Parts: sequence; C-alpha cells; structure tokens
Amino acid sequence: MFMPSVSALLKAHGTPPKEVYLDHENSGWVPPEVVEAMLPYFNEKGYGHPSITNKPGWEALEVVESTAETVAATLSVDPSLVHFVHSGTEANNLAILGSMMALKRRGKIIVSDIEHYSVLLPVLSLEDVGFGVVRAPVDEEGFVDVDVIRELVDSETVLVSVQAVNHEIGTVQRLKEIVEIVKDRNPDVIFHTDACDAYGRVPLKAEEIGVDMMTLSSHKILGPKGVGVLWVSEGVRVEPLLKGALSSQPLWPGVENVPSLVGFRKAVELAFQDGLSRVSTLRDRLINGILDRIQDTQLNGPSGEMRAPDNVNISFLHVEGEALTVELSLRGVYVSSGSACTSRVLEPSHVMLAIGKDYEAAHGSLLFKLTRYHSKGDVDYVVDQVVESVGRLREISPLGKG
Amino acid sequence: MSTRVPLPYTPTVLELFRNPKNMGKMENPDASAQAGSPACGDVISIYLRIAREGDEDVIEEAKFESYGCAANIAAASILTEIVKGKSLRDAWEIGWEDVAERLGGLPPVKRHCSILAVGGLRRAIRHYYEKSRPEWLPEDLTTVEKQALEEEEMIERLYGGMIGRE
Repeated sequence: MFMPSVSALLKAHGTPPKEVYLDHENSGWVPPEVVEAMLPYFNEKGYGHPSITNKPGWEALEVVESTAETVAATLSVDPSLVHFVHSGTEANNLAILGSMMALKRRGKIIVSDIEHYSVLLPVLSLEDVGFGVVRAPVDEEGFVDVDVIRELVDSETVLVSVQAVNHEIGTVQRLKEIVEIVKDRNPDVIFHTDACDAYGRVPLKAEEIGVDMMTLSSHKILGPKGVGVLWVSEGVRVEPLLKGALSSQPLWPGVENVPSLVGFRKAVELAFQDGLSRVSTLRDRLINGILDRIQDTQLNGPSGEMRAPDNVNISFLHVEGEALTVELSLRGVYVSSGSACTSRVLEPSHVMLAIGKDYEAAHGSLLFKLTRYHSKGDVDYVVDQVVESVGRLREISPLGKG
Repeated sequence: MSTRVPLPYTPTVLELFRNPKNMGKMENPDASAQAGSPACGDVISIYLRIAREGDEDVIEEAKFESYGCAANIAAASILTEIVKGKSLRDAWEIGWEDVAERLGGLPPVKRHCSILAVGGLRRAIRHYYEKSRPEWLPEDLTTVEKQALEEEEMIERLYGGMIGRE
C-alpha cells in the first residue's frame, strides 16, 4: 500500500518567505482574539456539562445560551430556535434528512444544481428511498431560474433547498423572490437554505426572507471548526439524526463543544462589527489584477453586488488547477481548485459544469476566499505569484500553443 | 458524484514538479505522440530524437510537455530521464510501475498519470515504426496502451457532447 510520509513532503516543501492563506472555503485560519476567547473554557471555567446542575455546568450553559442569543440577533430570530450541531455539513444533513423523517411521507424535493455536496448527497440518498428529486438548473452566473422553480413546485413538493450564496462562485441568489414563488405555489413546502457562505457577508434576516430552515458554519466566518448552526422556524418539525443522552440541544445529543461555541460567538461578533466593504474592494483588486495581467482567463460567477464580497474564482485555460495549487503552495499562496485531479473520479467541480463551463475551464479553476485580515499588499503579492505560476505551467503545457 | 481524498505526494514528485527535466517541445523530433485529453485534465506529449547505433535505434534525447497535475508532470519528467540512451526495444519494456517506483510511489488515484506517460511513450515508439514494425514490437495494443486509450475514450463517452474547446 502507498503510504508516503507527509512529514517528508512538508520538509521538501519548506516554508516560503511570505504566506497568504486564501483557502477559507475548505478550512479556516482563526484570528488570535478568537483563540484567546476560547482558551479559558478548556480548564478555567465553563468546562462542565451545560445540562448538569453544578457551577461549571451552568457556566457552560451560559455560553450555549449567549451564543444562541448572539447568533439570533444577527438573524433577527428567537434564540430558542437556534440549534447547535458540529459542522455545516451536519446542519445540512439534519435539515434535509431530519425534516423528511419528521414528515413521515414521501414527496418531491427540489434543489439547485450547484448546492454543496452536504445538501446534494443527503437529497440523493432520499431519492434511493422513494423521494422524487429534481435538480433545478442555473444560468451561466449560477442564478436559479425563478420561472423554472415556479414550474417545478407542485402539490407533491415537500422540500426546496437553495443556497443563499454559492460556495464556489459566490453567486448571491435572489432568495426572497425564490421563497415567495415557492410558498405561493405550495405554502406547505419546507424551504431550507444553506447560508454558510452568506452569513456575515450579505443581509440574512431569516423570517423576512421567509425560509423555514437555515444552515450556518463557524469556520466560514473565521470561527473554529466544529460548530454548525441549524435555525429551524417555529412549527417546522425536525427529527434528530443522532440519538443519545443529555444535551441542551434537542436536535443533537452529547456534550456541547463549549470552547468552540465561545470561539464562534467571538467570530460572529467580530464579523458583524467590522463589516465587509473593504473585502469587496480587495476582491475586485484581485480579480482585476489577475484578469488584466493574464491572457485566457475567465471570471467564474457574477461580478459586482451579486457576488459575495470575499469570493474570487477564475479559470486559467491551458493549465490544470491541481498543479497550480501545488505551484502556488510552493510560493506561499494557499488556494484550492475545481480540478478533477483533486477528486476520486475524472470529474471536475459540479458547480463549474452546471454553469456551462467546458472541461478545460473547470479543470483550470482556482478559488480564492478573502477575509478582512488580508491587506492590499497580500493581494498584490498573490497576483504576482499567480502571474508567474500560470506562466511557468503554461510553458510546460502542450495546450494553447496554436 | 466525486468526493475529495487526501493526496500526499512524495518529496521526489514535489522536486520534479519544481524542477522538471527535459521539459519543452522538441523541434523536428524523430518520433512524437500525445496521450490523454484536456477533458480529463491530463495530456502528455512525448518527443524523441533517435539515432541508429549498430542494430538498434537508440533514444538520444527525450522531451515532454504536460497539461496535468503535479504527479503528471513528475511522471513525464522521470520517464524522459529513464529512456535517455536506451534502445527503443528496451524503452518499450518500461512499465508504468517502473515510473511510479522511481517517483517513490503514486497514490492509486494518480496511477493513471504514470500509465499515460508510458502509454504516450509506446505510442511514440509505434509512430516511429509506422512503416516497418520490428519483430519485438507487438502488433496488438498492450495493456497500458489500452488503458491510456480507455481513459481518452471514457471521457468522450461520458461527456462527449459537453466537451468544447475555446
């Protein structure tokens, strides 16, 4: 069996003189003030069980409740409807599988074609047990066609799930309009939105938008990994997927991850206090820097206000994305790609294919996610390194040379 | 539906990716071939300069171009090193396992990179003997050639209608 030494690989890689982390799609860098807020809760206070009647337990319960209140305030919802789970993936699975288990009948489920796998895969597993599943197409910028949704929703429809913001190409869906159309066609439909990439980036007043369930993820707003949120509207029934003992969380058994909740709470406070206007300026600086200096490039997803302020996704023709991620890594720029070469089968990102990108554009795509901790200098460094990396790999490539 | 898997590389792959040997197009090669397709994200071009030495056709120089991942570039690079100075008859015997071994091993999901490199080499050798096939060169496609062809055909079959080039 092939078991390479990762430590030998890291040694061969070395540490580049400057490092810029832009892979916040896949996992996040956590600001020091968030880590600092977490530390006392491992062994100074709040290390008890939130459901047990002792002081460390009550300290823990205080964290759970105040975190729910902090999150609820940002969504303008009741804190008692904010449920903590252990990741965005878990929250999406809980929303879809849990609500359908509680429904106790089969029906039709509609999802957009560019949902995250943690929405698509549980939906496809429901197809295996008799649900009808329809993947609604999107246009070339990733927008769901509201007329198609109007046609698809019928009396059999039980669940619709459409992302607020796409995780790969940053499309900000016209969610309120979509929800209105769905509810107008069939008011009994449960509407779920995966808002992991929207939270802290675009306005998200859950009840005003009209959704019934909303997923959030801590690491997507620079909180620690290991916290997800499912907000469930009053009256919508969801069965917990995991069964176990004692918890303050009706939808998730087991002891709450209190230190991570503290970190998440801090991350939410910071995200909503700082605002994101500076990030969209950096986003456009990165996009324009790359598109102006490199030929045969394509911006994937919309530009301007209908694009998430932190998202940059660009295809570099004639080069393969995984090689680009490795080349950039050697130069201290950490990003990910929609290339098939990072997956088990010869299939690039389903999002890129759904927006009509050809295979070369999909294989050669890079995803950058900016944060308010990045500077103009970081962006300029990244542009320089991308220019050189694409240049080098195009020299190696037989494609695009006429 | 694809799921991502961890893809650690060996230091050898990283080193060859960083400093590939024999990289670039060869002008007027005596034999050349391409394997793979842009659709599946892997293309390797192999170029050979060949000279007659005694009874053998010997590879004097080999070069490559690659559109593909780091493993793909490393596999093509190491193959051009291995074949240099070898007769075409000996070069024909190089298996994808030899290339993978020289790279310090390849994860199963990356084996096709090595298969594509060897498939490309064999295609170039066949190209050289297009007009007169020596006895040692099998008439039928070998397994590795078939596998390279299968990868190209599979992607055509699965997504034929969707593949478009700029």
